[in-house]
Amino acid sequence: MSYEFDFSFLAERWPDFVAGAWLTVQLTVVSIALGLAVGTVCALLRVYGNRWVKAPVGFYVELIRNTPLLVQIFIVYFGLSSLGLKLSAEVSAVIALVVNMGAYTTEIMRAGIQSIQRTQLEAADCLGLTRLQTIVHVVLLPAMERVYPALSSQFVLLMLASSITSQISAEELTATANLVQSDTYRSFEVYIIVAVVYLALSVLYRFTFWLVGLVLFARKRKLGTAL
Amino acid sequence: MIQLNANHFIYLLQAAQWTLLLSLIAFVGGSVAGLVLALLRVSKIGVLRILASGYIQLIQGTPLLIILFLSYFGLGIMGFKLVPIVAAGLSLTLYAAAFLGEIWRGCIEAVPRTQWEASDCLGLNRFQQYAYVILPQSVRLAIPPTVGFMVQIVKNTSLASVIGFVELARAGQIVNNSTFEPFTIFTVVAAIYFAMCYPLSLAARALERKAHAGR
Repeated sequence: MSYEFDFSFLAERWPDFVAGAWLTVQLTVVSIALGLAVGTVCALLRVYGNRWVKAPVGFYVELIRNTPLLVQIFIVYFGLSSLGLKLSAEVSAVIALVVNMGAYTTEIMRAGIQSIQRTQLEAADCLGLTRLQTIVHVVLLPAMERVYPALSSQFVLLMLASSITSQISAEELTATANLVQSDTYRSFEVYIIVAVVYLALSVLYRFTFWLVGLVLFARKRKLGTAL
Repeated sequence: MIQLNANHFIYLLQAAQWTLLLSLIAFVGGSVAGLVLALLRVSKIGVLRILASGYIQLIQGTPLLIILFLSYFGLGIMGFKLVPIVAAGLSLTLYAAAFLGEIWRGCIEAVPRTQWEASDCLGLNRFQQYAYVILPQSVRLAIPPTVGFMVQIVKNTSLASVIGFVELARAGQIVNNSTFEPFTIFTVVAAIYFAMCYPLSLAARALERKAHAGR
């Protein structure tokens, strides 16, 4: 093996990597926020809805969780455009990631919501809380507190999975890598750099979610344990 | 443009066999390496624990797509011929090992401490403790999450398409290039993946229910 590593292209191309990483962050933050919203609503429907609501939500969750994200992205980008709905690569990427994230979040949040005991709901009723207040303060926040570790690792997995959107040429980090390596022929070096950037991003994401958790769940901060 | 016909569907089903083969390679390779990793993670020697957890952090913090590119081009640099199935099998093995190692570590640690103490008292050595007392009990705990993870492996083999391995997703792209009916084709591809993954998901759930019923 007589391979000489050559990272000299970095001097010229580093702004490309920064731009790619920034788009990855933007794509994933939007997808996480929307996916969490979709998943939370679906989870509430799945636990408290009647069976006409439960069945389609269950179908959606199983369908998404048992097919690859790559194929979902192709269906949104190529499939919808062939049906006449033309979307840009970035918009298609966000739609596919939100749909995907929503299904996984539904399952996680469902577990959290089901762990809230009936007595909590009865107590909220007795205190005269409105339905909305009960859902937000008695059901959703404590449920989220319990499943927060699972949620945040799902968020990190989504960030890593966003690399797959490079296949429809959304110009995020992996697509940038593909571009640079086809210009420089330094494929191994390029992917090493990108791997390091993804590692750094996942550490950064975990740290951020830990901080958000501290702010969001005051009780946990004080007592040191989840509810 | 060629009209979509029955031969295309036969082609997709044949490609699905490659998906299954690649999943099998990844699962077998990942199981062997994953078991080693799990044992290293609970080892008494600190350096081994750190090495194993470093590896797991590394793989779990990098997208599988990048691992695929790295092994594809990395193998090329080391002078091996660029055979997509080797690169795909290697990277999926590395990936599966990290996740299975972490899952199985949890299952080993879930065996009550008293079992370790009792086997100590019986004078079993470390190997005997693992072989006759700890592992048989962890296997029972490990089966449901392992079957669940097999779904992830099957789905993630779709990424091997990016390095030119013709499995189901790549076959879908090829058929699409000649017929240009992406919606139909990728829906069929998704349906085939679903047919492979859903039974595994159901099995994982049933096994989990059975495991919990015992306690």
